[in-house]
Amino acid sequence: MRIVVLGLGNILLSDEGVGVRVVEALAAGWQAPDEVEFVDGGTCAMEMLEQLEDLDALIVVDCVRGNRAPATPVVLKGAEVPVFFRTKLSPHQVGLSDVLASLEFTGRAPKETVIIGIEPAALALGMELSPAVAARLPELLALTVAELRARGLTMVERA
Amino acid sequence: MSKRITIDPITRIEGHLRVDVEVDGGRVKKAWASGQMFRGVETILIGRDPRDAWAITQRICGVCTTVHAMASVRAVENALQLEIPVNAQYIRNMIMLAHAVHDHIVHFYHLSALDWVDVVSALKADPGKAASLAQSLSTWKGNSKAEFTQVQDRLKGFVGTGQLGIFTNGYWGHPAMKLAPEVNLLAVVHYLQALEVQRHASKIVAILGSKSPHIQNVAVGGVANALSLDSQSVLTMERLMAVRKWIDSLDDFVKNVYLIDVAAIGAFYVDWTKHGRGITDYLCVPDIPLDGKGAEFALPGGHIEGGKLESFRPIKTFGDKYFVDGVAEAVRHSWYDYKGGDDKALHPYSGETTPKYTDFQDDGKYSWLKAPTFYGKPMQVGPLARVLGMLAAGHEPTKQYATTALDLVSSLAGAKVGLDAMHSTIGRHAARAIGCAVQCDELAKQWDLLIANMAKGDLKTFNHPAFPKGEQRGMGFHEAPRGVLSHWVVIDSGKIRNYQCVVPTTWNAAPRNENNSPGAYEACLVDNPVADPEKPLEVLRTVHSFDPCLACAVHVVDQENRPVVTVSAV
Repeated sequence: MRIVVLGLGNILLSDEGVGVRVVEALAAGWQAPDEVEFVDGGTCAMEMLEQLEDLDALIVVDCVRGNRAPATPVVLKGAEVPVFFRTKLSPHQVGLSDVLASLEFTGRAPKETVIIGIEPAALALGMELSPAVAARLPELLALTVAELRARGLTMVERA
Repeated sequence: MSKRITIDPITRIEGHLRVDVEVDGGRVKKAWASGQMFRGVETILIGRDPRDAWAITQRICGVCTTVHAMASVRAVENALQLEIPVNAQYIRNMIMLAHAVHDHIVHFYHLSALDWVDVVSALKADPGKAASLAQSLSTWKGNSKAEFTQVQDRLKGFVGTGQLGIFTNGYWGHPAMKLAPEVNLLAVVHYLQALEVQRHASKIVAILGSKSPHIQNVAVGGVANALSLDSQSVLTMERLMAVRKWIDSLDDFVKNVYLIDVAAIGAFYVDWTKHGRGITDYLCVPDIPLDGKGAEFALPGGHIEGGKLESFRPIKTFGDKYFVDGVAEAVRHSWYDYKGGDDKALHPYSGETTPKYTDFQDDGKYSWLKAPTFYGKPMQVGPLARVLGMLAAGHEPTKQYATTALDLVSSLAGAKVGLDAMHSTIGRHAARAIGCAVQCDELAKQWDLLIANMAKGDLKTFNHPAFPKGEQRGMGFHEAPRGVLSHWVVIDSGKIRNYQCVVPTTWNAAPRNENNSPGAYEACLVDNPVADPEKPLEVLRTVHSFDPCLACAVHVVDQENRPVVTVSAV
């Protein structure tokens, strides 16, 4: 099994970088089995193609805009995922959707894609998350860990 | 009556570039290029440790991460007058070259070929004929009839399900699409093969850069890679041999597929050598340093005026005075305010980034991009500038690949196509492929140099930086895939006091400058044909030939579904 947890976002624009912050926190604070790779994708696109090939599951963590209250977490699965890409909820889906479409065409698309997101509270220039989104960071971590555990993977928090 | 066309956004990849053109009688009369996002990333750096700047600047852009990291460490090293070990140069050089090769392959096949290639038409092709055509042009192993048939079948499946996927943005059946079905199929086959091959370039960057897609190994003073001929967990001979294998695979594809395809498509669109000339003042910088301080380079660079190679004036070293003194940025037509007034351009060391937003004013301010100038004039930067610069400097491999490409174009087009044809929309694609072949050669040479130096027992990769009290200024340039990138840093007692990035797309997509001279996109669009204002494919062709990367101008905001094209009569 191969699973990638992909954090997306621009860390120079506060909450925009929340996906990267989640992946950083996971890599630093959690012991994951070899099947799992944490990827800090930033705002990259085609550069990630190889890392995202032939996955059993792709878990994308990103800031997602969906007219919810600021700092509301959201998990999108199954039929909601194509909708996520069609309706442009994340600033990065242009790049990522190109990557996924390429993988589709070459027959190497992830078997399953899950989006874990949060509504941004601030997108101003700056390297810190807004207090509202920072407060929900543990929740995003828990949601991500739960997705991995649901696939039979042992996730252990580092002491 | 003339028509005003607004195209926003103009790229398939991230970033917000808006282009407005006024069309009359099927031709562009006037053009405006506008960056639609405030770019104030530099302000984040003020007060920080100069050793951290590279990691932050590589987050400016999702496409050009590596290039900002390199320009940043070079700027700080220049400020400190710090030489770095040659091994560090070789490793950085390989990362830069592999990144460039990746970028060029992806740009041509995955981001811009669809401006010229009609994917749907490829369904009508005779795969046998298409394969024979491909075999007549190249000995590439992937040109078999079986391969062509298989790809066409896969494409049929895709189109049949109504899911064009990655091809959704194309202008299928547009009157400006001229390729025969067989040539379209050839391009689609190579599109897929390019997807395979580009992975090898990513792998080189990942192995040498210790992490992907954001490299981790760069440091002010060198690189953090530990070198060893045998031990584990460092850059070993085994890993370097793998890198060599990927270099050879890229080389094969670039010379036997990419360069040939660009020449072939160029020959079928030979009328596009007459469009998109625009600015013929070119600027590029030398790169791929061969010594520790950057006084000797593998690839030359310099300044060309009016398209005349004999006017070439070389830029010779890191910190070259001719380059440092020549660069300034104007904001007369940009949404910024200079304390001393907007009619004077400022040098990057004393650059200011104070926003002053107005509406889009045709004759006033209309862009978040500043207008960079070189000795007061706008420049064209990028692959064409680079190739012309190398030709002017007498760089032999560049001459060889340029001759190969132009001879093939001439023979397929049945007419002599010379160097002058390069100053054009299609010429920029040709230049990118020619430059890419040169980069492949150089990638292999840098590998040889590293191995030879390690064999001599030199495993040094890092010199410690020391930050003296008081002020130091430094400039780091890099001939990045999209052209000259420069970072300018002012350090005060170990902290950053000012930081400016003058990025390639800012040169090319610049608004009018302090003298109202248009930027490269704006100038190149004038006289461009537009057959159907509702589908301005020809405008996209010219803008895309520069490989715009407004991502360097930051992304986000505005998730509304805006129309891609709006047309209004004026």
